[in-house]
Amino acid sequence: MSGALKDATAIVGIGQTPFAKNLVESERTLACRAIIAALDDAGIAPAEVDGFASYTMEETDEVEVAKSIGAGDVTFFSKVGYGGGGSCATVAHLAAAVATGQATVGVAWRSRKRGSGKRPWTNTAVQLPTPGQWTRPFGLLRPADEIGLLARRYMHEFGATRDHLFNVALACRNRANQNPAAMMYERPLTREMYMTSRWISEPLCLFDNCLETDGALACVVVSAERARDCRRKPVYVHSAAQGLPAQHHGMVNYWNDDPLTGPSWATARHLWKNSDLTPEDVDVAQIYDAFTPLIPLSLEGYGFCGRGEGAAFTEGGALEIGGRLPINTGGGGLSEAYVHGFNLINEGVKQLRGDSTAQVPDAATCLVTAGEGVPTSALLLRS
Amino acid sequence: MTALPTEPARSAEPAPATTGDGLLLPVPDDDGAPFWEYARRGELRVQACAACGVLRFPPRPCCPHCQSFDSEWRRMSGRGRIWSYVFPHPPLLPAYAEQAPYNAIVVELLDAPRIRLVGNLVTSADAPLDSVDPSRLRIGAGVKVAFHAMADGVTVPRWLLERP
Repeated sequence: MSGALKDATAIVGIGQTPFAKNLVESERTLACRAIIAALDDAGIAPAEVDGFASYTMEETDEVEVAKSIGAGDVTFFSKVGYGGGGSCATVAHLAAAVATGQATVGVAWRSRKRGSGKRPWTNTAVQLPTPGQWTRPFGLLRPADEIGLLARRYMHEFGATRDHLFNVALACRNRANQNPAAMMYERPLTREMYMTSRWISEPLCLFDNCLETDGALACVVVSAERARDCRRKPVYVHSAAQGLPAQHHGMVNYWNDDPLTGPSWATARHLWKNSDLTPEDVDVAQIYDAFTPLIPLSLEGYGFCGRGEGAAFTEGGALEIGGRLPINTGGGGLSEAYVHGFNLINEGVKQLRGDSTAQVPDAATCLVTAGEGVPTSALLLRS
Repeated sequence: MTALPTEPARSAEPAPATTGDGLLLPVPDDDGAPFWEYARRGELRVQACAACGVLRFPPRPCCPHCQSFDSEWRRMSGRGRIWSYVFPHPPLLPAYAEQAPYNAIVVELLDAPRIRLVGNLVTSADAPLDSVDPSRLRIGAGVKVAFHAMADGVTVPRWLLERP
């Protein structure tokens, strides 16, 4: 059965709204716009949709979406937790549902007004789904603080520097500068800007943090057989995995033997085990980048380099177009839009269709990852 | 094992989640309540399996090694080393922004280096969160616990440099 998911399904439609600091329309409206755009891209009527997958932090549920877009009888719906860790898992759940006959046309989406809305960590009445009693009274309030602690330790153990983190921020910004839909399209980044920017949680500065975005994205998953009849070139879900490693604690993962080998390691083991590919075969990667240190940690976890080598991997333009592993070719969460990583999925599809604004020549395989540092997920896509 | 009140540290009324100044108080769950009760008495204790003896943190209902549901709370020496630290800058909740940049640290306990507690490095138990000169923070620096009463009946561990 281990091969049952391999290439059995494909992403055949993608859709998105504009990305901005402040969009007028509601999250529900934005969700519907992205979903209808994705179905139109696929050439599939909304009435054929019978599967939905979303994030637990999504405010618009499948009941609202289904009745708004005019879906038929829905036979599969699932929600995945842990914020940005759930992004690739939404597609993975749809792939599993379609491959096993629980649905035939699946839609995954994320709509979010984090640009104009409240920051989740400002809520003092409700505990966030982290062990807040052990962290929040001490002023460890925001994801940037929680990841900042891991980043400082990583820099200490492996000699990573702020220049390595800048390499990540710059690669994403350079790709955004090629992408008219990106929030940072006309905003180049220099090393001086990076090094003199304000701290958010030292050692993390402003440019180590993702954007704050209003916007929505969606994609459509069908069987490989059905995909051949769709409007666009299919992008196959070659392998998919989720990962919650032993003794993991969420974003405050300070309490196990090795906090610097996070969920990407467990996810990667399962992803590669069920794949015909190896890290050397990956032409382009979309790596979850809520914070720059997640990139070196993920490069190690997914096997592009050894443990502790992720920072050095970023040197010499490795993450740029033409480099060893071009990443986040739409600009990523750091410079295109931060919609809990869904833009990374759609950008992976664009690369394998050959119509990215920063196209990697002849890209045939793409790794897409969800948030490192929380229970996470990943997809290997191929054309 | 020290006798503890059997009633969980919660009442029907939700406890206020902040001090009068707006700092966040720990909101204990059932498993964590004994930690805070011991802290109130000025003791740093960590949950241990009563069957196989392995320490665990954060506290939880059963032992991940032997699956025993019997636990005890073992007193720690209160000595540790800084494992990592950050200096949060605004935007922050107002009560924290007032003291920013302050430090938040992770301390690994000398008694059990895999047990790491988030806290603050301060010059004395009741000093502000920004009381230590940032240049004094170093990974590996030796620290010892002190206890600070944040509010009536709510005490949190804080950390002092072994060599101030």
